This record gives sequence, structure tokens and C-alpha cells, in this order.
Amino acid sequence: MPATPAVPEASRPLLSPVVRVRRRRRREGEQGGEGLVAAFFLAPWFVGLFLITAGPIAASAYLSLTDFALIDAPEWIGLDNYREMWGDPRFWAALKATTLYVVVSVPLQLAFALALAVVLDRGLRGLWIYRSVFYLPSLLGGSVAIAVLWRQMFGTYGLVNRLLGLLGWDSPPGWVSTPEYALWTLVLLHVWTFGSPMVIFLAGLRQIPRMYYEAASVDGAGRVRRFFWITLPLLTPIIFFNLVLQVINSFQSFTQAFVISGGTGGPVDSTLFYTLYLYQRGFGELEMGYASAMAWVLLLVVGLVTGLNFLASRWWVFYGDE
Amino acid sequence: MATNDVRTERRRPLVHLGLIAFGVLMLYPLIWMVVSSVKPTPEIFRDPGLIPHRVTFENYPEGWTALPRDFGHYIVNSLIVVAGSVAGNLVACSLAAYAFARLRFRLRRFWFAVMLGTMMLPIHVVIVPQYVMFSQVGLVNSFWPLILPKLLATDGFFVFLMVQFIRGLPRELDDAARLDGCGHAGIFLRIVIPLAMPALATTAIFTFIWTWNDFFSQLIYLTDPDKYTVPVALRTFVDSTTETRWGPVFAMSVVALAPIFGFFLAGQRYLVRGIATTGLK
Repeated sequence: MPATPAVPEASRPLLSPVVRVRRRRRREGEQGGEGLVAAFFLAPWFVGLFLITAGPIAASAYLSLTDFALIDAPEWIGLDNYREMWGDPRFWAALKATTLYVVVSVPLQLAFALALAVVLDRGLRGLWIYRSVFYLPSLLGGSVAIAVLWRQMFGTYGLVNRLLGLLGWDSPPGWVSTPEYALWTLVLLHVWTFGSPMVIFLAGLRQIPRMYYEAASVDGAGRVRRFFWITLPLLTPIIFFNLVLQVINSFQSFTQAFVISGGTGGPVDSTLFYTLYLYQRGFGELEMGYASAMAWVLLLVVGLVTGLNFLASRWWVFYGDE
Repeated sequence: MATNDVRTERRRPLVHLGLIAFGVLMLYPLIWMVVSSVKPTPEIFRDPGLIPHRVTFENYPEGWTALPRDFGHYIVNSLIVVAGSVAGNLVACSLAAYAFARLRFRLRRFWFAVMLGTMMLPIHVVIVPQYVMFSQVGLVNSFWPLILPKLLATDGFFVFLMVQFIRGLPRELDDAARLDGCGHAGIFLRIVIPLAMPALATTAIFTFIWTWNDFFSQLIYLTDPDKYTVPVALRTFVDSTTETRWGPVFAMSVVALAPIFGFFLAGQRYLVRGIATTGLK
């Protein structure tokens, strides 16, 4: 890309730089030279990048090496926060709960999304109604109100246990208050929001040329074989896209676990999501240094998992032009 | 092929039946919550059905006044945050998007990659220093920490969405406008913005819904009960009593979800387009 043409200071006319640059470009038909205009259009974004994103990233790296409670100046303690994390059972509990949640809920959610998308993608009448009904939960799922509903539904005397009672199960456990089950109510909530990946799958299915299916039908391939030999391979880039996105998002889940467990991550830390623990340490106990260190570990974990995802994608993601 | 189609046709009603059953199952909790919000609290626990035996609206006024301030106060707070965020995202993200989509400048590909990178960044990595920064300038317990980032186009998703959209607009229109004497400001305001209305609508609707639903940053920055937004207030309401009064809680949950539902009904087209082009949640 050609560099912004250097205009000698003295030769600048009394026109605004913007006008000058534009005129140069029009006169000479050259491709470069919109740097100043771009700087104007990008000004808010640049300020945001440095003030809200890049600056805090650097600051967070520094704070993670300090002991900092917001009142006094940060005190340098080297890698102590990271060492403390290594020996912190709650840190490991949080990592375990979050990983389990991601590993189970993301594939389940995507499986539902894909299945429903395939069923919907055959020109059914009223497609948009189904699409809306299935999509609605993913708009609401992240809200406190839905988490509140979940807390009632899966409580000891909640909706689910009433329904199970009708089916003859006398005293089912309180799902959100039993350590073995609490996390699974959150998994269920995540699966419930399969609508947004479903819409992406639907858009992807539209891109598959119909003639592939016709050719396969002529060759005698049934519905199942067409799915596994045409739909699935051609959809792998979109499955991959959804997978990467959902994994990154679900590692950061917070609201549902916070509201359902009343902010504790209980029972017995079974729903102590990583970000929930980070919140407790950082904003509950004002251990900003420790929270920053935790944030960096989260970034590393998410980065590592995403990197592995990309590496693994070479083996199973199929791009049409290969 | 022909036999396949016949078989498919014959199975259609079954497919519809299955989908309807599944849809009802999905929406059952939601509908049950709305119905329960007009039931007396004891009955909520007794009755998993969708038809209330006795309809009462007392849950609404009770929930509305259950916290130190009216629920309306928290709704106004939420609306201030949402309005600032929507305005910020619309202006700042469209400016940045125009630069990425239409202007040639040094390191454009690099900055664009940086922008995409910020989309993937967990907010937790920056939240602590941001909090420190805002607390040092005395802006904790104000709405600025929630609105300012939007005014500075930090939502890469929307920049990306608009870049994709603007790239699809024919450049001939820009050239025609340029011949008529328009500068970049003119092209941006008179050509790109009017044509990018669908992308702007998508941005506005998603910003509304996400900001309205956002809990993490509002929980962190708003600790003064006067400044509570709807999600923070709702959470306080649930945890304030040991014995949760589910009737009023459900009533206020319905109030909290109603605007999203409204936007969902009104803005369906834009929502679906938005997800399909960028993969938003």
C-alpha cells in the first residue's frame, strides 16, 4: 500500500488537509493519500483502542504482578499471584466447572442447532415462525430474568419437580441445590439458546448448490447418505466458525451462574464459573492483582483452546476449493 | 428422486407436528413465567399448568414497589445506558467502518486485523484496569463507564458488520457523488449512511438487546442502589429476601423481558440478517 504522500510543511495551502488530499487524489487518480481523512473517521476508534482496550491490557499485565487493593499503590510481588493460583483449590474448581460446562454444552448446543437447521431447510411452510420461536431463547437466555426463572424451575419445589411429580416421581432432588446436578441446569440453559447458531447454519445451508443433492439422488443416495456426504462436509467451515465463537463465549459465561447460585458459585463450588470466581476475588475482596492474573490465565486458556481448534480444523474442516 | 419427493411430502405433517411439539417445549418455561406472574405466589408452586385458576394482578404493583425505588426508576436508568450505547455505537462504529471499507491508508489491513482481534478479547482482561481508571476519575456509580466505550467504537462486532455491509454497496455511487463535488464527509452522510440503514438498524437493535441484558459490567460499576439498572435491581430483588416471593419476582422479570420481546417482534428481519452476516450471538 502506498504511503501517505509527504507534503512539505511550507507548501501546504490554506485549505483544510482533508480537501487537499481529496483534490490530489482526484487530480492524479492515485490510490493512496487518504490517511488524514481516515484518521478523522477512525479517531474515536483509535482513542477507544488505546484507552479502553490496549492500555488496560498492558495495565492488567502489570497489575497481575502486584498486590493491589485499589486504595494504596500497587505493590510489586512478581509471580506470587500466579503461584498462589497454582495452589488455590477454588481456582482449580472454577477451571474444572467452566471446562466441563464448555466441553458439554457447546457440542450439545451446536448439535441441536444443526439438527433443527437441517429439518427446517427443506422449504417447510411457516419456516419463519419456527425460526423465530427457536431463535427467541437465544436473545433472552443471557438475561437476569431468565436466570431467575431457571432458579425457580430447577429448585426443590420448582416447575420441573412439579412436572416430575405428575409423572410419579415423588421427591426429586432440588436440581440447583445439589452439587452433582447444579452445573447441568446451566448446560441445559446454554443448549436452550441454540437458536443463534441455528440461524447461521440455515444461512450456510442455503449456500449449498441444490444440484449436488439432485446428482446424489440420481445416484441413489438416500437422505442419510446425502446428509453425511454432502451437507456435513460442505457445512464444516460454518460448524467450525460456530464452534470457535461459542467456545470463546461460553468460557466467559457469568450471569446465569451468578444469579442461580446467588453469587456464590455453589453448591460446593459446583457452578463456580471462572469469571464468577474472578469477580469474587477482584470486586468482592478487592484483590485486583489476583483478579488480573486470573484474567491473563483466562486469556491464555481461551487463546490456547482457540489455537488448538484452528490446528485441529485442518483435519476436519473442508473448504470447497481444496 | 420422484419417490423420494413423494415420501417427503407424505412425512411433512409429521415433521410439522414434531417441530410444533418441540417449539412448545422450548417456550413452555417462558409462557409459564408470564402466566405465573398473574397467579398468587402459593399457586405458582402448586400449579405447573398454563391456565391460572385465579387471575390476580397484585404481583405487578407489589414487585414494582418492592425495592427502595420504584422499578420505573431502574427502567429509566437502563434506558439512559441503552440510549447512550445505541447512539455511540451507531455514530462511532459507522465512522470507523467507512474508513475500513472505503478509504486507503497506511497499515489498513493491520488495523483491521487489530479490530477483529479485539472482538475475541474477553472483557475480563481489561475490566480491572478499566475499573481502576474510572474509579480514579470518580466515574464509578455513573453511567459513563458503560457508555464511553460505545462512543469509542470498542464493539468490534458492529464495526465489522458495517464494514461488510458498506463493502457491498456499489462504488459507482461514491464516484458519482464525487463528481458532483462531494467530499468524504458528503459521501458518508449522503450516500453510505442512507444506504446502510439495514446495517444501522441491526446494530441499533443488537446494541439495545445486549445492553439491556448486560449484567457483568453494570454489576461492577453500579453499586449505588440509586444507579441500579433493571438487571442489577432484579438480582437484588431475588436475593433480598430469604423466602423469595416468586409472584412479584416473575412480574418484574416479565417487565424486564418485555422490551426485548418487543424489539424481537419489530426487528426480526434485521436480527436474522445480523447473525447471518457476522455470527453474533
